[in-house]
Amino acid sequence: MPLTAAQVIIKFQRLLNSMDLFALTAHEIMGLIVSGKVSAGDVAVSLRARTVACNPKTNAFIRIYDDPERDEKPYCVPVAIKDNICFKGHPVTCASGILKNFCPPYDAAVVEKIKSAGGVIPGALNMDEFAFGSSTESSVYGITRNPWDLERVPGGSSGGAAAAVAAGEAVWALGSDTGGSIRQPASFCGVVGLKPTYGRVSRYGLIAFGSSLDQIGPITKDVTDCAALMNIISGFDMRDSTSVNVPVPDYCRSLTNNLKGLRIGIPGEYFIDGIEQEVLSTVRSAIDFFKKEGAVIKEITLPHTEYAVAAYYIVATAEASSNLARFDGVEYGLRAVPAKARKAGIVDMYEETRARGFGDEVKRRIMLGTYVLSAGYYDAYYLRAQKVRTLIKNDFDRAFLDCDIILSPTAPTTAFRIGEKTQDPIAMYLSDIFTIPANLAGIPSISIPCGFDGKKLPVGLQLMAAPFAEEILLASAFAYEQAHPWHLERAKL
Amino acid sequence: MITKETVSNIASLSRLHIDDVQNARFGKNLEDILHYVEKLNKLDVTGVLPTTHVLRLENVFRDDVVLPSLTQAEALSFAIDSSTGHYKVPKVIE
Amino acid sequence: MSLTGFETVIGLEVHLQLNTATKIFCGCRNVFGEDANTSVCPVCLGLPGSLPVFNRKVLVSGIKVGLALNCAINTFVKFDRKNYYYPDLPKGYQISQFDFPIAGKGFLPVLTDGKEKRIGITRAHIEEDAGKLIHDDVQNATLVDYNRTGTPLIEIVSEPDMRSPQEAFDYLTTLKLLLQYLDVSDCDMEKGSLRCDANVSIRPAGETKLGTKTELKNMNSFSAVKRAIEHEVKRQTGLLLAGEKIVQQTLLWNEDKGITTPMRSKEQAHDYRYFPEPDLVPFTVTSEEIERVCQDVPELPNARLHRFAEQYSISEYDARILVQDRVFADFFEAAAGMGIEAKKLCNWMNSPLMKELNDRKCRINALKLTPAALVALITRVEDGTISNLSGKEVLADIVISGTAVDDLIKTKGLAQISDDSALESVVDAILGENPQVVEQIRSGKPGAAGFLVGQAMKRLPGKANPKKLNELIQRRVTNV
Repeated sequence: MPLTAAQVIIKFQRLLNSMDLFALTAHEIMGLIVSGKVSAGDVAVSLRARTVACNPKTNAFIRIYDDPERDEKPYCVPVAIKDNICFKGHPVTCASGILKNFCPPYDAAVVEKIKSAGGVIPGALNMDEFAFGSSTESSVYGITRNPWDLERVPGGSSGGAAAAVAAGEAVWALGSDTGGSIRQPASFCGVVGLKPTYGRVSRYGLIAFGSSLDQIGPITKDVTDCAALMNIISGFDMRDSTSVNVPVPDYCRSLTNNLKGLRIGIPGEYFIDGIEQEVLSTVRSAIDFFKKEGAVIKEITLPHTEYAVAAYYIVATAEASSNLARFDGVEYGLRAVPAKARKAGIVDMYEETRARGFGDEVKRRIMLGTYVLSAGYYDAYYLRAQKVRTLIKNDFDRAFLDCDIILSPTAPTTAFRIGEKTQDPIAMYLSDIFTIPANLAGIPSISIPCGFDGKKLPVGLQLMAAPFAEEILLASAFAYEQAHPWHLERAKL
Repeated sequence: MITKETVSNIASLSRLHIDDVQNARFGKNLEDILHYVEKLNKLDVTGVLPTTHVLRLENVFRDDVVLPSLTQAEALSFAIDSSTGHYKVPKVIE
Repeated sequence: MSLTGFETVIGLEVHLQLNTATKIFCGCRNVFGEDANTSVCPVCLGLPGSLPVFNRKVLVSGIKVGLALNCAINTFVKFDRKNYYYPDLPKGYQISQFDFPIAGKGFLPVLTDGKEKRIGITRAHIEEDAGKLIHDDVQNATLVDYNRTGTPLIEIVSEPDMRSPQEAFDYLTTLKLLLQYLDVSDCDMEKGSLRCDANVSIRPAGETKLGTKTELKNMNSFSAVKRAIEHEVKRQTGLLLAGEKIVQQTLLWNEDKGITTPMRSKEQAHDYRYFPEPDLVPFTVTSEEIERVCQDVPELPNARLHRFAEQYSISEYDARILVQDRVFADFFEAAAGMGIEAKKLCNWMNSPLMKELNDRKCRINALKLTPAALVALITRVEDGTISNLSGKEVLADIVISGTAVDDLIKTKGLAQISDDSALESVVDAILGENPQVVEQIRSGKPGAAGFLVGQAMKRLPGKANPKKLNELIQRRVTNV
């Protein structure tokens, strides 16, 4: 669908005003670089100025790196990364006191790929500590604020990434998603966030939370950028046994405008009481759009949806409790000993290090994870949750026999207030109710902006597809986006 | 029922030192969460196989071929404490 | 049957370090004795963000061990995390196998107390080794070396089928020999490539229920295992006879003092919270693969023993000595194929050559002696060129120098004087000096010539062919 005149004028003005380079998408910037209209240095300057201006308000970035001397061919727009992705020679902390000043001696696979593409890492983005959270309120570096309303959360755990992109501090970024940590903040911040199929992107160098659930994915201003970043980061990696050897298509080629015949499943279980009215109405408008464009809308049922959060919090915390055992004060990170000895020396060191180094939510999840794996409880909790996971996955397998994509709101609400849910862990967990199932099933899922509520807070639309069907997601998302340029709206900062 | 002792045991298994106030707080949290996940018991899971890996992937190997290691200096570059090429920790009593 | 009325029940857990080129989950060299932390990487250091990838050769070794132990090889195999905290365990968990190990139930036939006994094998599984801790009293600290972390291990668990420390010892020597034949490990307890823990309990004779067991660790030789078990049986017997109970615990063997002490860190009950390793996918082992590995398994010791006895017409006793070391047996076969009499070869190998090996504490492939050289040496003794004693002298030299047999005989001047004329004068002299002995020989005691042979040989040190001397003496005596 062609742009309106107003849109053309906005675009033209934006392109010419190099001070607003930060506001452009990566594909627009690359176009300008290739045509020689701007230089990499111009881009860097613009982004730096924007970050300096906005970051004190957003606290999206926790660390900003100097742009090193680099060869500009090939050129790739800097990609900011969540602070749980290893970047050699630079600290990686997972926003936790237990890893302050730990510098990994190696790059994550995705960082290697960005470097090969000619990109640099401009800085590290804030997150919930160890990715445990849905609001980026549990970081040892302080909270990140939502650019659309600084008194509200940006979502989590990749809140820094979503906020940075929404604020224009980063053109695009990489986050990680275990239960919705890319999609939910993307939804709250009015940007695009994609969780790839499990195994699509290498986890080598991603500090693990829930090993069978984690994926690194793009957080971008528009769908085109999302596809381009997917091209860069996807692919088989020998160092990750759960990485799948499936060829990476050119995701940019899937950006067509044809929705005719697309079968869209609308699961009743995702349209329940408790969803904010404006979220519901905005999403329903999107459904109407798809219908108008010739998509086939089907009511479907994913009967085990209501058990997803419960199953997730058992499986994810179990894996996390084990993954975080290595933070013990022996090799790297923080080491602390109690002033007065309590137990045998080394045990005191473990207990004090972890007591001081971890925040409350991390401790809570470690203990829950330890409990559900402990003697006598394994069958009742962990094993049972794994079986429920099978049922949830089967629901999706069955649904995708008749549907190409499944549509739902990304989150039941728009961005909530800072502090609103911190006292109620379960309320916090329930904000992931629509995103968690895709992690349990390992399927790809994208969140795109689909409007605003009365408080001008972004609403996110979630699309899910079968394993390795990112192309269909991107195509559907692109078609919607072309007709609804929500992504051209900017948070006022 | 999550007792104070249960919480202490879990904290110990997790190598986390917690005081009485934390014990009470985490105990309540644990109880609430475990109560929430009780709903899983409503499902009939007879004959359902557990999912450990969502991918139907098997037999991923590497060959027995040497790859470069870190140097000792690199390996110790992030060490909290080290001595004569070793990581150093408080005395461990066997 | 014990004099105390108690029966000893022993089960052994053997950990075997595999001799692969690289570690189990990463490409670091699988080394021993190198500078600390020089064969490490993000994976075996357990750095955040690292992931394991399984070394195919380890699976093959696991199948080999399972087959050699007559175990059922599981067709579905996976890894699990065993969670516990210790400074030598960087990830805070060990990747091991819990419910789907590579090998299930099997057995090992062991020759013990003159009879063959089948010791049951419960299972064999694959896991990664931990690092090494060095206690530094000067700094009042513990030093950690992660070179060993990630070394592939196979743990072989026996059924509690052994009934005496000697049986345990025999099981270990039999197992070691078997594993050596498979060439999957050095099996060297001193280097730590073979480690053994013992589970020991006692019960009243005739009782079928198992008594409370204790776990013994820190034995660094098979003899130490035997001694430790003996000590523990005595200790447990003493307790039970005094009406006390056995406490289930882990005990460390102190070789110097000959006692056990409880291991403090193990007093806290371990809840390992096993769960399937999410970073590693499962493995299916097909029957074709098992068949292929089977082809690769060499002739095992027992089978080889019986074949040697039959094929080379040597005693089972001799054959058993030959097969005790795979390369030793290989050497024998190579030499036997060179036209030498098997029995003679066997005698030379099992005695003088064996002594050389024991003195040097090495295996035959560490020597410069080749099968051809040994055959040449034996031939020179048999054809009278040198004496048996000289032959041993030559042997002692070749094993280090590798010099050709004939060259050594020449340079050392060991060639026996077999020429009658050379010997005659000495013989005549000896006969003249010992008329009583000559009388004895004449009166029907030819064996008495031995003394004269000895005397003659003293005058021609090492160079006289005793057989020839004896012949000469007999002829002279009867001729006169």
